[in-house]
This record gives sequence, structure tokens and C-alpha cells, in this order.
Amino acid sequence: MSDALVEVRDLKVTFMGGARPVRAVDGVDLTLARGEVMALIGESGSGKSVTLRQLMRLNPERKTHVEGSIRVAGEDVMGLSSARLTHYRGAEAAMIFQEPLLALDPVYTVGAQITEAIRRHERVSKADARARALALFERVRIPSPERRLDAYPHEMSGGMRQRAMIALALACRPKLLLADEPTTALDATVQIQILLLLRELQRDLGLSIVFVTHDLGAAVEVADRIAVMYAGRIVEEGTARDLIRTPRHPYTIGLLKSRAHGALSKGSRLEAIPGSPPDLANLPPGCAFAPRCPLAADACRAAAPPALDVGPGHRARCIRTEDAAGLLMTQAA
Amino acid sequence: MSTLSIPATLHEDRGGPGQPLLTVRDLSKGFSVKGGLFGRGAGRVRAVDRVSFDVLKGETLGVVGESGCGKSTTARVLMGLLDGDAGEILFDGEGVGSRALPLRAYRRQVQMVFQDSYSSLNPRLTVEASIAFGPGVHGVPKREAIARARSLLARVGLEPARFADRYPHELSGGQRQRVNIARALALEPRLVILDEAVSALDKSVEAQVLNLLLDLKEEFGLTYVFISHDLNVVRFISDRVMVMYLGQVAEIGETEALFERPRHPYTAALLSSMPSLDPDARTMEAPLAGDPPSPIDPPPGCRFHTRCTFAEEVCSAREPALFEMSAKHRAACLMLPPGSGHSRAPATPEAAHV
Repeated sequence: MSDALVEVRDLKVTFMGGARPVRAVDGVDLTLARGEVMALIGESGSGKSVTLRQLMRLNPERKTHVEGSIRVAGEDVMGLSSARLTHYRGAEAAMIFQEPLLALDPVYTVGAQITEAIRRHERVSKADARARALALFERVRIPSPERRLDAYPHEMSGGMRQRAMIALALACRPKLLLADEPTTALDATVQIQILLLLRELQRDLGLSIVFVTHDLGAAVEVADRIAVMYAGRIVEEGTARDLIRTPRHPYTIGLLKSRAHGALSKGSRLEAIPGSPPDLANLPPGCAFAPRCPLAADACRAAAPPALDVGPGHRARCIRTEDAAGLLMTQAA
Repeated sequence: MSTLSIPATLHEDRGGPGQPLLTVRDLSKGFSVKGGLFGRGAGRVRAVDRVSFDVLKGETLGVVGESGCGKSTTARVLMGLLDGDAGEILFDGEGVGSRALPLRAYRRQVQMVFQDSYSSLNPRLTVEASIAFGPGVHGVPKREAIARARSLLARVGLEPARFADRYPHELSGGQRQRVNIARALALEPRLVILDEAVSALDKSVEAQVLNLLLDLKEEFGLTYVFISHDLNVVRFISDRVMVMYLGQVAEIGETEALFERPRHPYTAALLSSMPSLDPDARTMEAPLAGDPPSPIDPPPGCRFHTRCTFAEEVCSAREPALFEMSAKHRAACLMLPPGSGHSRAPATPEAAHV
């Protein structure tokens, strides 16, 4: 076997609940090495959170049609029995969310929730589980951890709650941490603390992390590799450096160029991407970005472009990546 | 563009270009909080505590700060959605609520756009009816208000023939926010307060709406108060920036001066908390530890001293006033005024103004 911890092949997730089926994820391939941090970035409706949830099998199974395969540590996640799934969630993979106040149980202390999680998975005494919870609180740098174990979620500040949720996620020593916009709701000075904490935990515990965000800046702070999603597909994937310095997909380039950054001269306008994100229930037949793309040609509208290598470990789903490089040039001018 | 039959005198510039459009003096607003089982042991959140600032005619004043800093409460008091406890608001030289400027006349000239584009529109009104509603209330004939609504829809980039009869749920977030902007402009206001107005939008749409706001400002001669937590966006759109911390003004100055050379340690920390977007120069250390303290019992003295790396004894004893480094740049930190008692304060008044 390779050293890949996560291997997702041709994942397709379709929600059947509504009037028309909506394909939220349309052929995603992902490979995550052990100890690697991958950021999935994209706008609302791009399929980034649905992909992440499918890694935990959290999408409602009765209303969701899933195709493709997901292997984590060699195990077929889609084929897990419910007992194995319970073990998998927590001991193999764990997830943290945007809003810890909703993810944590309001009527139990945070310490009780962590000890419960540990004792559900392992045969340890209450005292031992509590000692481990305390060590976890120290690990995520919660000040006066002993006292905070007995606090209820609402008694903690936003940043502290996020740390507590990370401690809970790490309770059963998972190898894979799935993070769904964990810093989006936080203040700027707290966000950077949590990003640095995730980086530190990844390094010290050898975790693999999939980090979902819409914020390119946050992605660059934590991720080794970045995958950009648009309309259910990964349109570009590469190292953080490749993506920022030599993006090759017109959408990635558009995102970078439309950002307000640094000292722009007063009264200048941003180079916005025209149009709006596509309606997933009504996607165009070819490249989903074509209606907004300055380079779109007839071939783009005819068939969805395949993922092409544009450099070592750097792929883009675009047939005009060479011209796209030229789009980037105009930025410097 | 057709003009509304709102009495023209109300919209006239009275004090001339030199007079600030909005003057806020010592504005305070508190909320009582229930504590304990029976609501006893109640405390008081001083959400906005003696805040003073001006908004100049035609400028964009950016307001930044973390949760609990009082930026949204300030906006709501300015808008008249909340009553201030103390302090004074002057609009173009006239006291708001005075005989010269009754509340109703003031409200016509000040409009607000909120973060949540969906909950700020009536789901049972079409887009066109929502935009025409305000002018209708202020006595504009219906036909005229509808015509105006359609021309505004076109102006914010929504083709009236396609969008006028739609309901809010039939629009995307970016389109709804355009409707909210059109609605705010329907009364021909002079001041528009944008409270996290682009924060909920996708990045590719955010840039479009920011460009639109700049175009509209030029076209209608508007003045903006732009509240946001996104420092990149605030830097892009603002002429001046006000940084708030726990209900008070920490620093205020021209955008580039403040971003290039922040004088308050909190501003400096806030700026260096921004992700770098450079994979080779990642942030190595968080500039501040912990969360912002609760505004219920703010620390004594300088409110920032509990998180400040430069804090000395004097900082917990003395509350710093806004100190003027130059005509346009002020900050409330004891390291700035000479003789404040802080070891980093300049020795002489001359040294304080470099």
C-alpha cells in the first residue's frame, strides 16, 4: 500500500430530497498522505463541506445517493458496518465544526463530554479518562484546564470553545482530523491562534488534516496542499505555493485577483469575477465555470474538461491553462 | 433620474463641505444583563462607552474591531434603532431629534444595509415593492415610487424586467444584497451605514458588490460608514478607519497612515493577525493570546492592558484619552502622550508628534 491515508476516487454525492436531484459533488478525487494538511477551498455550494461530511458519512444516507470510493487507512469507509462506523468516527477520523456552541452538548460539562467519548471507545476508568481529558485541555492550551473541564460550553468564550471542541475531537487519538470552517466565526486575533494550534497539533501528533474554508488566507496559513472546488469538482489542486504563485485555472486566478489586498490606490476598482455561482440543479454541460470565464471557448461549453497535469503535483481542470497563465500577467501590470 | 417629491430643503447641504456630516460626541449605550437564577446580581454591558468621532462629507469611514467592541451597537444608535443613553449626535450641524431636524427627517437621510440579506427583506413583498415601500411611507406617490424602484434595480445591476417581480427567496445572496442596497438608496439618503454588508457574500461576489458601492457613492454623492471585520476590505474601501475595542475608540486615522504605521498596540496586533497569503512567510506566533474580555466588566484603566505586551502598572490605573499625533491621526494609548507615566512615553511634547 502507498503511504496515503485518505484515498477518494470519483466521489459523486447527489441529494435526492428536493424536487430535482442535486449533484453537490461531481467526481472528486483526493489523496491525502499521512501527516499532510490539505485545504479544500470554495464558495458556498461548491461541494467542499459535502465532500468533508461524506468522509465521515454524515450526509443523510436515505436522501443521499453516493457513488465512488473512499478509503481511509486502507479501510473502505462506504462499506463499514454500523458498529465499525461508530469506531471509525472518533478513533480513525474526527471532525470539528464552525460553531462549537452547536456541536457541543449544552447540558453537560465539556469534561464530561470528553470522558464519555473516551469511555465509549476504550475500556478505561473514569479517573483515567478524566486525566486524559485534562492532558488534552493542556495540549490545546486552555488556561486553568482543571477548572475549565467542569465548565459548560456557554461559560466559555468563542476561542476557548473551539479549543475544547478540538480537544474532544482528539480524545480517541484519530489519525485524520476533518475541520469544517473551524475559524470562520472567530475574531481575527483568535482565528490566528486556532490556525497556529492546528498547525502545531498536526506537527506534534502527525495528524492528517482536511481543512475546509472559503478563506484563502486561512488555507495558506495551515495547508501543505490546496484544492479549489467549484460546482462540485476540484478545478485546481497543488501545493499552497503553486496555487498562490502560479495558479493555472481561470477561477483560481479570478479569486486571487478579485481580493482586496494591500495598498490599492484609492478609487480603484477590484477585478471582480462577473456573474454568480452556478445553480447546481441546472449546470451547464461543459465546464461549470465557462459562463463566467474570460477564456471560455466552444470546446469548454461542449464537455467538462479533464484534470490535466500542469506541473509536478499540480493539476487543473481546464483546457486553456496556457492562456490562463497570461491572465495572471495582467495582474502585475 | 427622477427625483422624489421629498421636500428638497431636507436634503440640502447646510453646513458646507467643511462641516462633518455626522458628529458623535460622548455617545454611550449600555444594556442590563440578567445574572443568577432570578435575574439578580445583574450587571451592565457598556457596549458603547463615551465614543466620539466625526464622519466627513463624502468620505467612507471604516469601523473595525472584534465581537463586543461596540461597532454594531454604535451603528444601531446612529440609525435610531436603539436609543443612546448619553451623548450627542449632530447631523450636518443640527442635533438629531431637535426642532431643526426631527427624527423622521433624519431617518430619511440615513439608511442602513445589514449583513443578513435575507432577514432584512420582507419575504412576502416582491423586490420592487420592498424598494418602493420606504418612499411610500414618506409620502411619495405609488407610481413614482415604483418607477424609482425600477431605475434603482437597474442601477444596482438587476434588470428590472427580470427581477422586479421576484421574491427574496428567488434571489441569490449577492442579488439580495443588491436589492438591500437599492432599498437603502430609495429615499436618497446622504449617509449609508453598511454593517458587515459584504461579509456573508462569496468572495467572487463580494468584489462585485464593493465595486458597486464605490460607483454608487460617486454617482449619488454618498457618505459611508463601513463596518467590517475584514481588514483587507476596510483598507480597500475606506478613506479613514476607526478601530474600536470594548466599547471605546482605540485609534482613528487616515487609512494608509493607520495601516502602515499603527500607533495603538491593539491596532498593530489586529493587523498582524491577518493571514499572510504568502506560503513562504506564514505567521509564526499569534500577536495576542486569549479572547477579547467580556464588555460586562471591562478591565480598569486602559481596557486593552490585559492583553497588551507593553502594559505597565500605570495602564491599569489610568484610562488613556485619545491623543492627537497629527491633525488626522489619534490613538488612545499611554505610550503616546508625553509625561503619561508609561516608560515608553515621549519625554517632551515635541517628541510626541513624530
